[in-house]
Amino acid sequence: MKSIPLPTERLLSRDSIAKRLAADLQPDWVVNLGIGMPTLTTKYVKAEQDIVFHSENGIIGMGPPPPADRQDDDLRDAGKNFCTLIPGAALVHHADSFSLARGGRLDCAILGAFQVAANGDLANWRLPGDPTGNIGGAMDIATGAKEVFAMMTHVNKNGESKLTEKLTYPATALSCVTRVFTDMAVISVTEDGYLLEETAPGISAEEVQFHTDAKLKVAANLRDIAA
Amino acid sequence: MRNKKRDSIPAALEAVQDGHTVFFGGFGTGGVPIALIKGLTEKKLSGLTIVSNNAGAGHNTIATLLQSGAVKKVICTFPYSRGSVIFNDLYHSGKIELELVPQGTLAERMRAGGSGLGGFLTPTGLGTEIAEGKPHIDVDGKTYVLEKALRADIALIKAHNVDPRGNLTYRLAARNFNPVMAMAAEHTIAQASAEVPLGEIDPETVHTPGVYVDAYVIDKGEYGE
Repeated sequence: MKSIPLPTERLLSRDSIAKRLAADLQPDWVVNLGIGMPTLTTKYVKAEQDIVFHSENGIIGMGPPPPADRQDDDLRDAGKNFCTLIPGAALVHHADSFSLARGGRLDCAILGAFQVAANGDLANWRLPGDPTGNIGGAMDIATGAKEVFAMMTHVNKNGESKLTEKLTYPATALSCVTRVFTDMAVISVTEDGYLLEETAPGISAEEVQFHTDAKLKVAANLRDIAA
Repeated sequence: MRNKKRDSIPAALEAVQDGHTVFFGGFGTGGVPIALIKGLTEKKLSGLTIVSNNAGAGHNTIATLLQSGAVKKVICTFPYSRGSVIFNDLYHSGKIELELVPQGTLAERMRAGGSGLGGFLTPTGLGTEIAEGKPHIDVDGKTYVLEKALRADIALIKAHNVDPRGNLTYRLAARNFNPVMAMAAEHTIAQASAEVPLGEIDPETVHTPGVYVDAYVIDKGEYGE
């Protein structure tokens, strides 16, 4: 196969990935957000979606960041950023917060990823060569959520695909990721592996395949990611 | 009624000894018993095992305790926060041990420890490094990992209001690990922002019943982060 350069000028911005992902959140879902890129999703969720955001530190019904004069050290999100409560929010302790996650009450978790495998295995807690890593709540949340949306760049800083046939990094949870949202594409994890459903405007299925270390099936109705 | 109130941070920390396992409540800035942890650092103990969500950041309270050499082992979920340089240096020079635990598993190990249980069965960690070497048990066709209960000699926790029986309430997300830690320690010491008269906390709104609290101290704010 001839080499295809990464189409850097046509890659989606982080905000564009967040906007596309937000459109997939169903009304009244309870959604957990991982730290980093996933938190951008809140900017693009519409009021009529009425999403209930869960934060692992015991917040059910997390609202947007407060203005500077309303910041409270007792009210921060999983990434330690200031947050607020929506009307009708509830607060629980840590064990109950993770009971919610493992107990099947999380409709969706949006998590960053180092690697996703074609069978839905997720790696996001330790890079090879890092002696310790950081787990936080990721293992429990990825294990418990009904849907896990991985949100990430398509390739890493070395240009290597983050979508692989099998994980080569330590696993966070097995067969958990259901959809992958990258700066190149929207890809579902199916029983037959990856299904390419949408590409960033101006990026071809061939380009996405070249930068993916697993075979992609291409949806019959392949379309552009809505801007 | 047993007097649980202590007049100073050192008096509240009297029971803490070398070699103890100590829980620290808190997540981020909420619910961290800063005055008690600073007092613990000043006590100059050794061989402590500390259990906390994080392993300190920058030169904050937990980082300063680690730097003092009092801690031999950290049990936590997320050792590398932004700028957790002190833990990093101690770990890489072999001066401190780390046990990394998934956050929900850590909280549930405490709940089990405080509930008279030996452990619990969780799907978390299946097929990962975390489950290696742990018993796997099938229940009704599903496989789970056996995680053992976790107890401590001491819990240091941060509450909002306390009454003379030691009943506690927490503010907002400052609740986090504090209630399960209070349940799972031999001796629980609470730092509260305010003391209220007996009967003032509605029994229906008590978060941690005073039966779990052995000593409390009012933090007058002389120790800020």
